[in-house]
Amino acid sequence: MINFFTDNPDLAFHLSHPLMKRIVALRERNYSQYDLFDYAPADFDDAMDNYSRVLETIGEICGEIIAPNAEEVDHDGPVLTNGRVAYAKGSTENLDALLKAGLMGITLPRKYGGLNFPIVPYIMAADIVSRADAGFVNIWGLQDCAETINEFAFEEQRAIYLPRVCSGETMAMALTEPDAGSDLQAVMLLAHFDEQKKIWLLNGVKRFITNGDGDIALVLARSEPGSTDGRGLSMFIYDKKKGGVTVRRIENKMGIKGSPTCELVFKDAPAELCGQRRLGLIKYVMSLMNGARLGIAAQSVGISEAAYREGLSYARERVQFGKAIIKFPAVYEMLSVIKAKLDASRSLLYETARYVDIYKILGFIGEERQLTQEEKEEMRRYQKLADIFTPLAKGISSEFANQNAYDSLQIHGGSGFMKDYAIERIYRDARITSIYEGTTQLQVVAAIRGVTTGGYIARIKEFEQAAIKPETESYRRILIEMTGEFEISAKKIVDANNNEFTDFHARRLVEMAAYIIMGYLLLFDTQRDHKYWKTLEVFLKLARATVSAHNTTIKYSTQNDMGKFKVEG
Amino acid sequence: MKPFKIIALAKQVPDTRNVGKDAMKEDGTVNRSVLPAIFNPEDLHALEQALLIRDKFPGSTVTILTMGPVRASEILREGLFRGADEGILLTDRAFAGSDTLATSYALACAIRKINGFDIIICGRQAIDGDTAQVGPQVAEKLNISQITYAEEILAIDKKTIRVKRRLERGIETVEGPLPILITVTGTAPRCRPRNSRQMMKFKHSKSASERSEKDEEYLNLINDRPYLNITEWNVNDIECDRSLLGLGGSPTKVKKVDSISFQTKETKTMNDKDEDINSLMKELIVNHTIG
Repeated sequence: MINFFTDNPDLAFHLSHPLMKRIVALRERNYSQYDLFDYAPADFDDAMDNYSRVLETIGEICGEIIAPNAEEVDHDGPVLTNGRVAYAKGSTENLDALLKAGLMGITLPRKYGGLNFPIVPYIMAADIVSRADAGFVNIWGLQDCAETINEFAFEEQRAIYLPRVCSGETMAMALTEPDAGSDLQAVMLLAHFDEQKKIWLLNGVKRFITNGDGDIALVLARSEPGSTDGRGLSMFIYDKKKGGVTVRRIENKMGIKGSPTCELVFKDAPAELCGQRRLGLIKYVMSLMNGARLGIAAQSVGISEAAYREGLSYARERVQFGKAIIKFPAVYEMLSVIKAKLDASRSLLYETARYVDIYKILGFIGEERQLTQEEKEEMRRYQKLADIFTPLAKGISSEFANQNAYDSLQIHGGSGFMKDYAIERIYRDARITSIYEGTTQLQVVAAIRGVTTGGYIARIKEFEQAAIKPETESYRRILIEMTGEFEISAKKIVDANNNEFTDFHARRLVEMAAYIIMGYLLLFDTQRDHKYWKTLEVFLKLARATVSAHNTTIKYSTQNDMGKFKVEG
Repeated sequence: MKPFKIIALAKQVPDTRNVGKDAMKEDGTVNRSVLPAIFNPEDLHALEQALLIRDKFPGSTVTILTMGPVRASEILREGLFRGADEGILLTDRAFAGSDTLATSYALACAIRKINGFDIIICGRQAIDGDTAQVGPQVAEKLNISQITYAEEILAIDKKTIRVKRRLERGIETVEGPLPILITVTGTAPRCRPRNSRQMMKFKHSKSASERSEKDEEYLNLINDRPYLNITEWNVNDIECDRSLLGLGGSPTKVKKVDSISFQTKETKTMNDKDEDINSLMKELIVNHTIG
């Protein structure tokens, strides 16, 4: 029995983080549901035991069903017939197993049939499923769209749609259009209110919609005639049972081929307004995207895990020049760098998930009762952290996933180029992670505020003050030195007070912050479990060199540089 | 359509599929301490068939019955997690050392104590003994019909059941009258996974011997949540002739155990059709000859 949860102790390690005590107590409202639901936990240990058991079930399903199906799913892909999507056989089998295991609506409240789990174990499930099949995870993982319904829809809508998600209906978020990709303000799909029928009707085209033929879709549409920007857009809930939407084509993609990417045609499709008019893009999509970005970060980490394992087992088995290739420095260095990037991005992922957990739950509690002053401050504090950590986690872990897949394939040599080895698929699947749900370049746009307003440096200074074991002091000194370089670079750019100059160096600055933060997170991991010292050592060598290189670039850069780099448009 | 009462028989077995070097002791007996104890695989396939019938006919119930040491409660919990309604543990020193005859006698006595049934369903055989005798013997002792080597239950009504049997030379479809005992092969669909809600609901369930009588907290818990009590029967709870139980009731005597390699292979006839090759490949993967 292969189990993708129990064979990877790093997962249980992150699940057991000290902050979970607070998160679980909040999520379970101090364990007040114990007498209301026969599957609600009695206390913290009971809840944590639930998470472990459920993750173990997911690990088993991944090891026994989803991973073995991955190659066939990648090969067969979904099929389009008469405007409807049929999943590959393996995808249906995967979905059926996860549904029977009760793994839809993991984070939704119990009153709607959900498991009421925090985001951390849900993200861990996504991490595990992505290692098994990074394409399939999209179909299952879009259940997190239901969080948007839970957060913003009316109670009557929650009562209708959330139980359906928990009982296995799949979801989609229909945002992108042919002329509205990164720039969602340009969305054209029209929503008009039919005064006679008293319903909203949608007309237009959506493109690149993952699982576009899902049962319930959240659709961004222009509800305010004559408007041209984001303030004219509203969010709608479309129920496939009502009809009006057909799938015009399924894209033929490079990777994640099991996941149907659809072009949708809306013809007088009836839909319900979700939340308030005009807040579609500026409020709801931002929240939806933040959830989805955390999901992509988890997908990326899962891909890095798969890439690492494939590279490791190949390097151990492959013999050249009379010995296993893992004995050669060129190969073992690649492997340990993959592992360091994997561990670093995983630490960043769960740190971010914890921040999101705390502020989201406090938000829900705030609807049930008045929050205390301390709770309000706690919520604001974690929301701010979540806002600057989410683009960092998505941007970095997806870039790392690509680098790791590339290096792991390189370790395979010519064999990795052949479809006989899983790394060929993993490499293709990795590619989309740094593109969708906002490209890395757009994550940088979101994250640069954390540099210019001092959000990152404030957090780094807090990290700097943490109590650590004396034998790890030398690592902190390295991180303090890196922080010094980051501060000099950031100051230079902020002082220049030139938006284009800031944008020009934004990625470098954000990466510097990210490497320092991940360095601290690994330092803290090493406090809890000494086995992470090796990862910490390797990662800090890489991080120090990167921060230093970026600092050098910025140090010798003037505003004239933009002219030198500019390409005539 | 009236609901069905289904009894699923199950056995906890050492996981002989993943044997290492130390799986056998020097005297040739199985070293149980190094092998994890698992739900006998074909019994899991049987449980799935039971659950499928229950899904189709609301109100039907699935009761898992196992005979074994107290530790066998583990597979009852596993069954509850996967959707069974109730578990019964039959445990007593008096059952120790039972061969297939004594086992089937004890199981039949326990089944008589259960208030009626329509279908008894179990795996074809257990991976620690490979006898495939217990199911058929239970049916004989209860004087009911049996269908062995079932792969799929095709139809069922209040009087009859139609079953697809997987045989060495092909597939056979047969019908039998209820009540009936059915043994299921490993080619039937795999059992559904553990359900999260069921698992969280039943994880604290225990049989009487598993809980300490002094643990008042747990007794209060069982009082509030009676479903957490796993029914446990010992020899005094069933009506039986004690001389037919355990070692004394077992005519099988192990004279000697040898470690042998197969010389003559069992034969199987198949033609060159894709599905035959497919099923051969599946079989070879399932029994770990390849893959």
